[in-house]
Amino acid sequence: MPAWLTDAEFAVLSAACDRLIPPFDAGPGASEAGVPEYIDRLLGAFTFDPPRIWAGGPTSGRYGGEAAFTTFHRLTALDELAWRMRIEGSQGRPEREFNGPVVGLQQRYREGLSALGPDFTEVDEAEQVARLRAHPEFTELLYGHSCEGMYGAPEYGGNRDGRAWVAIGFDGDVQPRGWTDEEVSNP
Amino acid sequence: MTVDAVIVGSGPGGATVADVLTAAGWSVVIVEKGRNHLLDPDQLSQPAFDYSNDEIKFHNRYFLGPDPLIEPRTFRSQEEDGDRLHVGEFNSVPTTVGGGGVHADGKVPRFRPDDFRLLSQFGPQPGADVADWPLDYDELEPYYAEVERAIGVAGTEGSNPFAAPRSGPFPMPSGAPMFGAIRSSEAAEKLGYHPYPAPSAVNSVPYDSRPACNNCGFCAFFGCPIHAKGDPIAMLQRTMGTGRAELLAETFVSRVRIEGRRATGVDLVGPDGTERFLPARHVVVAAGAIETPRLLLLSGLDHPLIGRYLMTHFQTITAGSMPYRTYGERGRAVTHVHDDMIVGDEASRAAAAEAGLPWMRGGLVEHSGGGLPIMEAKHMPWGEHHTEIMASSPIRRGLWAFIMQGEDLPYATNRVDLDPAVKDARGFPVARVTYKPGKHELVASAHYSPRLMAILDEMGAQWTAGTTSPGTGNASLPEAIPESRHNMGTVRMGPDPATSVVDPQGRIHDLDNVVIADSSVFVTSAGYGPTLTLAALAARAAHLLV
Repeated sequence: MPAWLTDAEFAVLSAACDRLIPPFDAGPGASEAGVPEYIDRLLGAFTFDPPRIWAGGPTSGRYGGEAAFTTFHRLTALDELAWRMRIEGSQGRPEREFNGPVVGLQQRYREGLSALGPDFTEVDEAEQVARLRAHPEFTELLYGHSCEGMYGAPEYGGNRDGRAWVAIGFDGDVQPRGWTDEEVSNP
Repeated sequence: MTVDAVIVGSGPGGATVADVLTAAGWSVVIVEKGRNHLLDPDQLSQPAFDYSNDEIKFHNRYFLGPDPLIEPRTFRSQEEDGDRLHVGEFNSVPTTVGGGGVHADGKVPRFRPDDFRLLSQFGPQPGADVADWPLDYDELEPYYAEVERAIGVAGTEGSNPFAAPRSGPFPMPSGAPMFGAIRSSEAAEKLGYHPYPAPSAVNSVPYDSRPACNNCGFCAFFGCPIHAKGDPIAMLQRTMGTGRAELLAETFVSRVRIEGRRATGVDLVGPDGTERFLPARHVVVAAGAIETPRLLLLSGLDHPLIGRYLMTHFQTITAGSMPYRTYGERGRAVTHVHDDMIVGDEASRAAAAEAGLPWMRGGLVEHSGGGLPIMEAKHMPWGEHHTEIMASSPIRRGLWAFIMQGEDLPYATNRVDLDPAVKDARGFPVARVTYKPGKHELVASAHYSPRLMAILDEMGAQWTAGTTSPGTGNASLPEAIPESRHNMGTVRMGPDPATSVVDPQGRIHDLDNVVIADSSVFVTSAGYGPTLTLAALAARAAHLLV
């Protein structure tokens, strides 16, 4: 169940993400990698406590150490103001409009997914690509977040099991192991 | 109680001052508007472990601040652009405990003697207000040595034929050279250049109770998860360990209060928005070359040169795709550099003359690997070939790059002032930057870019490409905004109050107890990263106080 999007919106999002980053050979496509979950958890960051903005540190456990990425940082009042402005928009609240209204990601996604059409999941791939190209501003936003969800740390909801990193030959977060001097200079 | 000094900013400048003053027995309060992710909140003399190898957190979500929604800056290229062209980021350095030292990849070169005397050595440059510094290299050398020991700098003495003289060895030997840097150094040497191991504030061996770097590769724009980067945690740990320092994080200094020739203290806005006055015998401003002039202007100081002469380093970036893996993700981001393009040669002098310039200087050239996967992906097309292209990784696994930190001359028109309308979340006017590069920077970049590409060709590049930061010609936003993260020169140091804001000791002219301890005081920008020089100047200013 999505954290913030409706099931129908999530389905459109998944299909759109797969057009941007489709499966290739052994590599997963965006939806298989969890990119829609990444985006949904960003839009619904404040449905979690602490909000899912910054994963913890210093290690993920993938190369030793504790699995500390799963403990998200708490936000200060200013952090929360910034991220609520970014995600929810200013919504007419004076404390968020000190430099004018801010349109939040939630509104941009709701409108952008709607613009792709309720039948987006049913039309063929060529039509899906055409609709994405017809909405370049939203597609640019969606692609940026898709890249983050695809190739970022799995704790944010995407890059499931680190498979996208494997597909592109990236070792991911390597602390606390790091690399030996020999691996650095003479791999 | 009135403390001996309040220090505004906890980056390399403020931390250095705090270290010197507390060692001398002074009581200090360090005020930092950003969060504390550097020191253990329960025991501030010990490190925290909030940093991680997490591209989303550090590159995409403003973990180190500033968040441009809360603390925007505004930008325009020139006054004719109107009030502003852009609201958001401008060449941001972290707003966090530790400041710019946290995200830096740790290269800490010294300047060379020439860098302090451009006017007398080379003469004026049309359009720029080139001047000599009010101190020379020899006067600063002991402080360079002091801060190298304080931070923990690794380097190889004698490896750079252009290096300034040193009074002693580097505190540590250089760390492991990166695979790609070994190849780029070989190629550069074949073409007559002189690459050498970059002096780095990164431990090559355990130093000062912090571990040796384990080469994870997440350096630039990341905090170090194991604190092998010494700048400025080393100074802050020592400072807090004296018991004579208090750290106020998430606290904004909105004004330095002035009465006659003296500051009486600063006005603070705390984490909960509560305002109060903090009295202090001395005020040290080390907020960086954008926020320092902003604070002075918010404080009502009216010297006409406050904010003038902003310099950022004009970056010439060249990249080549190699037919082999360069392993740029392993190691401490940049292990080799060369100075040849600062020093110049017959060809560069001829190019300057042809362009009608009396002289020109490039900058330190960093030998660097490729990017991280999210960054790479955002530069690649979406669609059916996306993953195939990502797997071939044109700008990561096979990429090698040179970044030249070109000397940026001081122009009075490049400046920081207060935006007339845009405010931060606390309600204070934000810094507005007016900036565009001059002819000198453009000519130098155009001259050196193909020469850097020739080194990449010598390495075997399949293709090369070049760009600059900021963009040139009719570059649109945001490309017209510099991204060097080096900001300098907005509160110029000099002996004459008519042509400088700060005296040669680092104090604001006509104010007995206000010291500026960051790169704001730089007279010229050299072609080297500013950190070690600003820390040396801060150490000198602090020693002159006690």
